Amino acid sequence: MTNGSLVERLKGVVGSEHVVTHERQLATYASDGLLQYAVEPAAVVLPGSSDEVAAVVRACHEAGVPWVARGAGSGLSGGALPVEEGILIALSRLRRIVEVDIPNGRVLVEPGVTNIAVSQAVAPTHFFPPDPSSQIVCTIGGNVAENSGGAHCFKYGFTTNYVTGLDVVLPDGAEITLGGPELDHPGYDLVGAFVGSEGTLGIATKIWLRVVPKPEAVRTLVAFFGSTVQAGEVVSRIVSEGIVPGAIEMMDNLSIRAAEGATNAGYPVDAGAALVVELDGSEAECETRFEHVKELCSEADSVRVARDEAERDLIWRARKAAFAAMGRIAPNYYVQDSVIPRTRLAEVLGKIEELAAEHELQVANVFHAGDGNLHPLVCYDGANPGEAERAEELAGQIVKACVDAGGSITGEHGVGVDKKRYMPSMFDEADLATFQRLRCAFDPDGRANPGKVMPTPRLCGEVPGPYRQHPLEQAGLAERF
Amino acid sequence: MPVAEAPATREELCSALAAAGEAGTPVRFRGGGTKQAWPPAPPEGTLELATSGLDSILEHNAGDLTAVLEAGVPLAEAQSVFAKEGQMLALDPPDGGATVGGVVASGDTGPLRGRYGGPRDLVVGMRVALSDGTLAKSGGKVIKNVAGYDIAKLFAGSFGTLGAIVELSVRLHPVAPAAATAVGHAGDPEELGRGTAAVSRSPLEHHGLDVRWSDGSGSVLIRFAGATPRPQAEAAARLLREEGLTTAIEDDDRLWDEQRAGQRGALVVKVSALPTRLPELLRVADELGAALVGRATLGLWWLRFEEAQASSVERLRRDFLARVEDRPAGLDVDPAAPLDPAARALMQRVKDRFDPAGVCV
Repeated sequence: MTNGSLVERLKGVVGSEHVVTHERQLATYASDGLLQYAVEPAAVVLPGSSDEVAAVVRACHEAGVPWVARGAGSGLSGGALPVEEGILIALSRLRRIVEVDIPNGRVLVEPGVTNIAVSQAVAPTHFFPPDPSSQIVCTIGGNVAENSGGAHCFKYGFTTNYVTGLDVVLPDGAEITLGGPELDHPGYDLVGAFVGSEGTLGIATKIWLRVVPKPEAVRTLVAFFGSTVQAGEVVSRIVSEGIVPGAIEMMDNLSIRAAEGATNAGYPVDAGAALVVELDGSEAECETRFEHVKELCSEADSVRVARDEAERDLIWRARKAAFAAMGRIAPNYYVQDSVIPRTRLAEVLGKIEELAAEHELQVANVFHAGDGNLHPLVCYDGANPGEAERAEELAGQIVKACVDAGGSITGEHGVGVDKKRYMPSMFDEADLATFQRLRCAFDPDGRANPGKVMPTPRLCGEVPGPYRQHPLEQAGLAERF
Repeated sequence: MPVAEAPATREELCSALAAAGEAGTPVRFRGGGTKQAWPPAPPEGTLELATSGLDSILEHNAGDLTAVLEAGVPLAEAQSVFAKEGQMLALDPPDGGATVGGVVASGDTGPLRGRYGGPRDLVVGMRVALSDGTLAKSGGKVIKNVAGYDIAKLFAGSFGTLGAIVELSVRLHPVAPAAATAVGHAGDPEELGRGTAAVSRSPLEHHGLDVRWSDGSGSVLIRFAGATPRPQAEAAARLLREEGLTTAIEDDDRLWDEQRAGQRGALVVKVSALPTRLPELLRVADELGAALVGRATLGLWWLRFEEAQASSVERLRRDFLARVEDRPAGLDVDPAAPLDPAARALMQRVKDRFDPAGVCV
């Protein structure tokens, strides 16, 4: 089947008003939140139900055409980047909250429901803990694909800890239910394998989520230090005291300056580091622990405690605006998402500083300090010849420094298309081939989001054998894939 | 009887598995040997591969609250090492000598799961050996990481049927300085259900919300741990009294040991049922003469039968998702709950990829 006749078939499935083929409209879908990459698909299809998703995927399967699923398109790793000549399946019409079951702490949603809408649906008593900064727009389907985190995941965990069941359309168009509202369904934990698989195993069309009671008390402070090293030491002390903050976030001087300029939150622009610490939980516990945190911050240059919800919002506004405010420092930035063991923080930040100086570029650091998830923002001006390339090279070296320190190339943004080249720094060929086994069990033809996650394209054999180096490879004469 | 081997290194274990794969010899992995009766009996001539030789704690990164362990490390031994730094691996199934690898492979959990999650949530990296001689890792050593597929979740609870877990990276948690438990007694299923529901929907941040039940009466247990557990336990007790339960505050290790012990017996059936179905399940437990312990917020319940009868399992399966854990040899039941055929077919495809020799039983 040619693409033309596939598009006709898709129009029959979803209605022609829900199939986009006009070039100007296609351009809207060419990138996700990572604007450095852009590919126009053959068509964008917007199904309106699970059955339509299944019919669309089945049509693609029968036509042998690859496809990519897309939620809000706010991802930062190019995970929803379309494939050329492929179909982009946009799930924005699937936005029903199907069931809210407060007594059991469960919600059943379609993938296009936004993250914030889940918490709103169970307010005021409950909330959905994963809270990516994009939570106002990003969708649960996207959160499932990326295993999204957020500021509060050091204490509360990630999307994967809150998904109990999925209705999935497999890459051949078959519909299947994995797990359910209950925990521990029989058989393999395919829900666990699916969450975070970046759209390469199928499309979730219904998602069972766990929601939890809102904490009784929340206490927030921001402490300002002369340097990130000093602030980092306080983080270590807090954690080693057995305190598990709801959130613990750090910004360096450059990000403070940018964020303060954008928000006027009252952060001193000469501070070397800002540390936002938020405790939540039972009233008595929160109060006792918060006093302890204040003591631990006694060496800070200044400490500001949120007296009310408005002041708490203000403190958070600066933190959450940090990415967007980077425009004040440089016209472009390149964000990384590496993770390090928290105890290596001082060393790795020192290394980042060194690398930045070498590349004559500025790097702002905003990060989830509790779990060591750094978001170095490499600032550059794309209009200066060669600067974008230098920024990318610097970003790559930062990733390498984090992996060398025992960390990971990505903590919450996903590998997508952007970080797949770094995968071999964490995983050897046997590891990657093992990942591929899972993918092949779900998608033997490789049509679901091809070109993502894996550093090199690979096919599924009938039965995989153990990886053995070919003599030509050993001699360095050929690559296997 | 199976022929036993206990390789001394992960490479040796991998070679032994590969050799079995090549010969088509069925293989079963053994950790502490505490749950050998849970899966179906292995076929005649099955090779038993023990992880007892893989017993090193490779890293305990106290400052990062992580550790790397070989699969054969006994859980209790790991806990005593972590405890020296005031830390724990938040897995507390009934112990009896189980290994870390065995606990993860069986997905066995105790009361701490409500607060910290189960093996699937606490394992951040895993190294596995497959029947074609592959030795591969996924995840890493940091607590936040989305690079690559989450193979560890696939292997957690897989009972070794995809391959052998040989090494694990885990997230640790601080041990709380103090704990207290509010206990509420109830004489009928509805009352107990109301008590657990009242605490579940409250913002009290408990470290465990359990129930126990036998013979027409039972209790709800709510544990608090931290700097100020007692006032929180008192607040929980007030909620329970409002629902008509009689309450007490207790210092509490013994109580929770009993909860764990309630998950073992001659015949133990684990039921997954949403929390609000508790009263219904308690009535069935009374009807069948079973004692029950369970995690009220998770909706996971264990029914213990003194007398093992297949008909009890069948009765539970009429209304509930039920898996058989402990059972006597010779009891003719399928330990696994029935599975939707489409899901089963997909799981078979996963198994065929990971265990191409088809020998991991």
